[in-house]
Amino acid sequence: MSDFNPTRRNFLQAGAATGGFIASGHVLPVGAAGPSQPTASPAAASPQYDVRLRVNGSEHHLILDPRTTLLDALRERLRLTGPKKGCDQGQCGACTVIVNGRRTTSCLTLAVMHDGDEVTTIEGLGTPRNLHPMQAAFVKHDGYQCGFCTCGQICSAVAMLDEVKAGIPSHVTADLTQAPQLTDEEIRERMSGNICRCGAYSNIHEAIVEVAGERR
Amino acid sequence: MKAFTYERAQTAAEAAAAAARNENAKFVAGGTNLLDLMKLEIETPAHLIDVNRLALDRVEATPEGGLRIGALVRNTDLAADERVRRDYAVLSRALVAGASPQLRNQATTAGNLLQRTRCPYFYDTNMPCNKRKPGSGCSAIGGFTRHHAILGTSEACIATHPSDMAVAMRALDASVETVRGDGSKRVIPIADFHRLPGNTPHVESALERGELITAVTLPKPVGGRHFYHKVRDRASYAFALVSVAAIVQPDGSGRVALGGVAHKPWRVEAAEPEMPRGSKAVAAGLLANARTTEDNAFKLPLAERTLASLLAEAKA
Repeated sequence: MSDFNPTRRNFLQAGAATGGFIASGHVLPVGAAGPSQPTASPAAASPQYDVRLRVNGSEHHLILDPRTTLLDALRERLRLTGPKKGCDQGQCGACTVIVNGRRTTSCLTLAVMHDGDEVTTIEGLGTPRNLHPMQAAFVKHDGYQCGFCTCGQICSAVAMLDEVKAGIPSHVTADLTQAPQLTDEEIRERMSGNICRCGAYSNIHEAIVEVAGERR
Repeated sequence: MKAFTYERAQTAAEAAAAAARNENAKFVAGGTNLLDLMKLEIETPAHLIDVNRLALDRVEATPEGGLRIGALVRNTDLAADERVRRDYAVLSRALVAGASPQLRNQATTAGNLLQRTRCPYFYDTNMPCNKRKPGSGCSAIGGFTRHHAILGTSEACIATHPSDMAVAMRALDASVETVRGDGSKRVIPIADFHRLPGNTPHVESALERGELITAVTLPKPVGGRHFYHKVRDRASYAFALVSVAAIVQPDGSGRVALGGVAHKPWRVEAAEPEMPRGSKAVAAGLLANARTTEDNAFKLPLAERTLASLLAEAKA
């Protein structure tokens, strides 16, 4: 038997570590250039920029090509592979993370625009031994089939309940002057930015209803 | 994506001056449209000026009794603003009819005004497009045109403006406040902000090089019942085939603007005195001189019937 065991996860992590090493070999020490000042990088035609992110409670200092989306920074540099690259156009919602308390499609924003921001990914919501209630509800209600959209669905659902609590209206809110109620129609409309190609919508819906019920 | 340099602007005037100095610079705020276009290399700025840290993120009352909406107010926050929900409901309704919740959390007021058409030929870099490459021709004319404009079109372009928010702002007589590269400020009525395509469809707004939107102001509330009816291929998260923004007063008078039918929000003030006489009377003026194709001729009856359903709801 070979020692070579190219699981997808190991492969991604090795790539991320190599990328980090190459980039960090060519940058000036932190503080040598002010925030958002480009530093020369022989490895790339593009200048590199300092970016500080607080991700799932930990501080990270990254040196990035400004073209790096927040999604790519999370996946390729921080090895947080929960957020997925589905369409890479902000249409599918698989890359949804929570930035400063708000759900965001991380593929449609540059990491360099988020210097100092607080990011929560699925990895920061709960752990395998201590699931977030929304994660537990998705498991209980079988709110997925292939699982590709799931991390985005869960981050989106958690932030969606906060939006309702904050009184943010939706397209189906009947009376704009009243606090929105979390009806089935409201949940469907408010989750429309997350596509599930397996069509697990009814189970996703049940999971959200259960968590929302516990909160009421 | 093409390589670019990046800076974070500290003041609006600085941002405008920096953009005026560099013809290949672009402002970035929410980025939800610009980054998409940069990935496809339809937009290829050599320099990005990030305006997200500017202090333009508040909705404030004006001395005239209206509202001043900072350019960076996110679509979610504008739709949820208590004063907007109460006094300018057409604007809240239009905002929540657009995009997805994630995108509305990122997208800004100014960026929404400046978003570019979703014409599939504009997006397909293998096809001629006068908007993407001036003088190359229009692939939509003679192509598949179900989503395209029926009013104010030209021989060079039949693209539509995709915004819902801008349609409501047109009905509300909003104004766009800007600062130019030399530091001077001006106010552009929303009616004059977006351009019809003419021979220069790549010029989409009245903004000059480097000019930065700082706010959108709304005049004092006009009362009445506010509606935004959007007809689209899905129940949620799709661009309009036709949308109707309207404010209807108790006596049946009012104002109406259309989305999904032209290169800009479409309003014909001269047609509005017909409002009490019903949708057909209004449509005669509002949709006059339409030029349709076989694919999009349905938009004419669709616009009239959507207005009819809205006026019926207003009476109920």
